[in-house]
Amino acid sequence: MRLARRLRPLVFLVPPFTLIAVFVIYPILATFYYSFYDKNTGLLSLDNYKEVLLSSNPLNIIIARSFSHTPPWGALVHNLVWVALHVPIVTFLGLIIAYLLKYHVRGSTIIKAVLFLGIVIPPAVGGLIIRFMFEADIGIVPILFSYVGVESLSKTWTLYPQTALLALILGSVWLWLGFSVTVFAAAMETIPRSHIEAAKVFGASTWQIFYKIVAPQLKPAITVVVVMTLLWDLKIFDIVYASTGGGPGGSTTVLALVMYNYFARALDYYKSAAVAVILTLVVIPFIVLIIRRERG
Amino acid sequence: MKKSFISRRAFKTLALNLVVWVFALAWMLPFIGLVAVSIQPYREVVVKGWVRVPDLSSLTLNNYIEALRNPLYDLATGYRNSVIVAFLSSLIPVVAAALTAYAFANLDFRLKALLFATILFIMMVPQQLTVVPLFLLYRNLGLYDTFQGIILLHSAWGIAWVTFFLRNYLRFIPRSLVEAARVDGASEITIFYKIILPLSIPALIASFIMQFTWVWNDLFYALVFLASRDKQVITQKVVMLKGEFHIDWGLLTAGSIISMSTPLILYVVFNKYFMRGVAAWGVKR
Repeated sequence: MRLARRLRPLVFLVPPFTLIAVFVIYPILATFYYSFYDKNTGLLSLDNYKEVLLSSNPLNIIIARSFSHTPPWGALVHNLVWVALHVPIVTFLGLIIAYLLKYHVRGSTIIKAVLFLGIVIPPAVGGLIIRFMFEADIGIVPILFSYVGVESLSKTWTLYPQTALLALILGSVWLWLGFSVTVFAAAMETIPRSHIEAAKVFGASTWQIFYKIVAPQLKPAITVVVVMTLLWDLKIFDIVYASTGGGPGGSTTVLALVMYNYFARALDYYKSAAVAVILTLVVIPFIVLIIRRERG
Repeated sequence: MKKSFISRRAFKTLALNLVVWVFALAWMLPFIGLVAVSIQPYREVVVKGWVRVPDLSSLTLNNYIEALRNPLYDLATGYRNSVIVAFLSSLIPVVAAALTAYAFANLDFRLKALLFATILFIMMVPQQLTVVPLFLLYRNLGLYDTFQGIILLHSAWGIAWVTFFLRNYLRFIPRSLVEAARVDGASEITIFYKIILPLSIPALIASFIMQFTWVWNDLFYALVFLASRDKQVITQKVVMLKGEFHIDWGLLTAGSIISMSTPLILYVVFNKYFMRGVAAWGVKR
């Protein structure tokens, strides 16, 4: 009887976890193994990592070794630039919009639904739309700049190394803002309305209420938005693949794309495993952070 | 004095509403442009642009027909393949994850904490970390460039987050319900089948819809594991609409709309599920 009770969970766990073990756990472990595998000698070494990190092919550069005055700088730097711009913009804009929608704007449900569209569509199509937004004569951004008379920004942004990465990052704000607005709006639901009313009675302004009452209570939600956006930025692939493919001249390559280039263009599976491991090492601290939070 | 104070407040509110609504409309502009370009001959867009009221006489569905039917682009096949892959890759993990989620919510067993952490880890680890060994394995097993291969991978991957999602839902079903059934001598399978499953139908639908959308939207796994033209899914096909040097935006906008139509329709119908799924991240559990 006690044995039967012990075995009971197995009925529920064995079939699903078999699938997970074969198609997720095994390949993850094997990727680490392959990343050290030297295809010439059959021994384990750090050569794959060394070659991957020292590559001079612009489409495969991970780490910048010399800063020239123009991009490309290397995939890792592009990911970091992405994080440095995307995370603060999405967080602050999301906070402000969610706040305005909650307390001051009519029809907020519709606006939230519209902003959320970017999360629902395939990221690959998102990449094509970003390309479309920044295309000379057709895209809304160059049209706007040509209307204002800024010639340098009225051309196709994704064709020039100076503007390509910026175009993708701004486009990804357009795609991802719905995430932060939705998370913040849901978190604001949990703030008792009486707190706000009380502050109003005491004559607090809209912005005072925001900084003194709403923002402090949103700390857990802010952490989630920051970390999830970070993870999204570091793992980004589809958008870049569909819009620029890493070009022009490697100015928009990102880590995941370098991995794919080794895999599909160079057909060098062991080096591509090494890049996959590097990518994972970059994201793992943030994954651990989220796991701690969810279990705690 | 008092009156002017109120009207000033009303004016502020009005201005604020205006600003936010203009912002939301500006956010929609790329979509509006997409639709406008897709329903006109591209030559006309090149000459006149799309920021205008289009001539009704020149409206056409040719871009859509071309993208779907022309054997060079063949989005129709991609669409069919996406339906097959996404449907089965959602059905399998939802059924499997219902089992694991029940175990996590209602049973105590060894390694529970470790297995749960594993599930969370899989949810967030980069897809890139799994493909190389699977590609080599699939080539040997004859699973490369087959629907079975990619469906199995998507299913295993999906089990992780669907388990997480369903377990959070099942925790709100009172455990006393399960205890009572146990006292009455019902087996765990009976409890699962007769009590828990019927109660969790909304969550099952929600996770099916979200997994379906996730698989539909996937590009990376498809690029790695599906190669031949008659196997490729819609995200692969639509990316190929973009030529190396010349871009026919009529074709590309029509293709984009076709390939995002399915997730958009699901989103419109099941709006609540999508928003709640994401919103849950922000609320402390």
